[in-house]
Amino acid sequence: MIPDTAGQKLISLHAPDVAIIAIYFAMVIAIGFYLKRHTGKGEGFFLAGREMSAWVAGLSFISANLGALELMGWAAASYQYGILSAHWYWIGAIPAMLFLGIVMMPFYYISKTHSVPGYLKLRYGEPTRLLSAASFAVMTVLMSGVSMYAMALVMKVVLGWNIHFSIWVSALTVGIYVALGGLFSAIFNEVLQFFLIWLGALLIPILGLIEAGGWSGMVARIQQNFPQQDYTHIWRSLGSFSDNPMGIHWTGIVFGLGLIGSFGYWTTDFLVVQRVLAAKDLRAAKLAPIIGSFFKMAVPLIVILPGLLALAVLPFPLVPESALGPGEHSYNEVLPLMLARYCGPGLLGLGITALIAGFMSGMAGDVSAFATVWTYDLYRSLFRKDAPDAHYVKMGRACTVLGVLLSIATAYLVMEFKSIMDYVQALFSFFIAPLFGTVFLGMIWGRITPAGGFCGLLAGTLSSVGMWLLVRADPSKLAWIALSSQAKDMAENMYRILWAGVICITVTVVVSAFTRPRPDEELKGLVYGFTEVPSEGHLPLWKRPIFWAGVSAVLFLILQVIFW
Amino acid sequence: MGEHHRIIPVWFFVGVILLIYGVLILAAGIYHFSDPPSTVLGNLHPEIWWGALLTIIGGVYVYLFLPRKS
Repeated sequence: MIPDTAGQKLISLHAPDVAIIAIYFAMVIAIGFYLKRHTGKGEGFFLAGREMSAWVAGLSFISANLGALELMGWAAASYQYGILSAHWYWIGAIPAMLFLGIVMMPFYYISKTHSVPGYLKLRYGEPTRLLSAASFAVMTVLMSGVSMYAMALVMKVVLGWNIHFSIWVSALTVGIYVALGGLFSAIFNEVLQFFLIWLGALLIPILGLIEAGGWSGMVARIQQNFPQQDYTHIWRSLGSFSDNPMGIHWTGIVFGLGLIGSFGYWTTDFLVVQRVLAAKDLRAAKLAPIIGSFFKMAVPLIVILPGLLALAVLPFPLVPESALGPGEHSYNEVLPLMLARYCGPGLLGLGITALIAGFMSGMAGDVSAFATVWTYDLYRSLFRKDAPDAHYVKMGRACTVLGVLLSIATAYLVMEFKSIMDYVQALFSFFIAPLFGTVFLGMIWGRITPAGGFCGLLAGTLSSVGMWLLVRADPSKLAWIALSSQAKDMAENMYRILWAGVICITVTVVVSAFTRPRPDEELKGLVYGFTEVPSEGHLPLWKRPIFWAGVSAVLFLILQVIFW
Repeated sequence: MGEHHRIIPVWFFVGVILLIYGVLILAAGIYHFSDPPSTVLGNLHPEIWWGALLTIIGGVYVYLFLPRKS
């Protein structure tokens, strides 16, 4: 589905822009070479030596998530759906991030696991670990391919670059710096990318608000341009599927996104959890996602606001990719269009670098997580249990290269799909949504058995695949999944995630009721009630993670009220 | 971070790249000052003040986290 834009491009770069992009590529590779000498041991390569401060781990945690689809996809979605897209940054992220920091992180950290599948091995045994690791490895490579393809597509549409050139250059760059420095290098570059993404993209909302006459001026212009829809309230129009541009009901947002989807991603997706596991101590590990939550709340400034501003100031309407005609622009081009609108030589290069940095941070996150899960949870478990540490590091480097090559293959596969977002949401609902039920129940309830955990995870994954296939075979069945004939694609995703989570939890509990739990002494360090979590009572209030989690929660609630 | 292995802090790398970018963008802004690019609000010369901001942030980070012999 490569758009036919031969001979067309949105932006022409000048010498300072090219220099800025070239310096970025040189810098990330130089960091990889610099850090290689510090990653000779497994702990260094796979867990960045477990010596990251809360700030570094927190920024890396957010940056790994600020990938291709975050920047381009959600800017496009905000043009299409309005400020409803902000739910994916607020209710779809903040409660889960705070929950990870305060409730779940102690168990991950105290168990000294290298990965989320590693925790499942400790809690449930080998079969659950293998199921989780295999599905995660597949998902990660497929997601990395999406990032790569999305980036190449943007470079083709925006700059007129050859799509194959973009795929290979970006993939090789990420491959080099992650293979050299492992998670250390990925985290260093993610912090760098965090700054570039913010400083490259922040100018669009600043200049956009000046042009539109501030927030109230923007809202007035949107209402004038699109009087039939409510694009500027996040809850008011969710009472009915037909009252909002997303075609979704508040139950789908609260339970599908806010409960199952969000908690599944932020607390069990190893891509993000790995960054927090690299923290230097338990307090830093708890603080990292809480620090990340403040920045996550602010990301709509650089992703959602440009989409809203485009609704207000662009003199022509954008159209869906499927309805693209000659001379028209699609929703997906909204961010580059706004960039071209406000940024001259130099700033344009910075903005394009921000996009490239976003794509590369997401891809590097996928590749480094893949290397860890493959090496520790599949290779070591199935093939070589007792090899020297250096052997696993060598395997990790080789896996990084393998992951990049598989991602390239996936990027070419994705070209055959009609919708990238459909592909991504499907993968997420298959592999991540059910995982939360398995991990969470295992952490809080000692009665959950190994058989229950395994069966629940398998049932959640299979049911999610089954629901997806059902709607593909007969689109009218969407009304069954989303409980309304008026539901649209996004509603289907949210309800499929919800049902997959419910099925996982139900099967886990029911099977556990009929099977034998593990002895209490085997649950120490793994389950609430059997684990001694170090007290923070001796710390002053402002140094305690729970205090900052409370501040973040209050800010989150204030945002809901302001944009109600 | 990095004290045990004497690793240069990540903040230094952040400072270096922001400083380089700031100088480049500021220079581009000054070069185009009398003939600003035909972008919306180009008359506000965003390259100059954004370039200056990056230069200041980058400079502060480089100064604060410059690797020094102990």
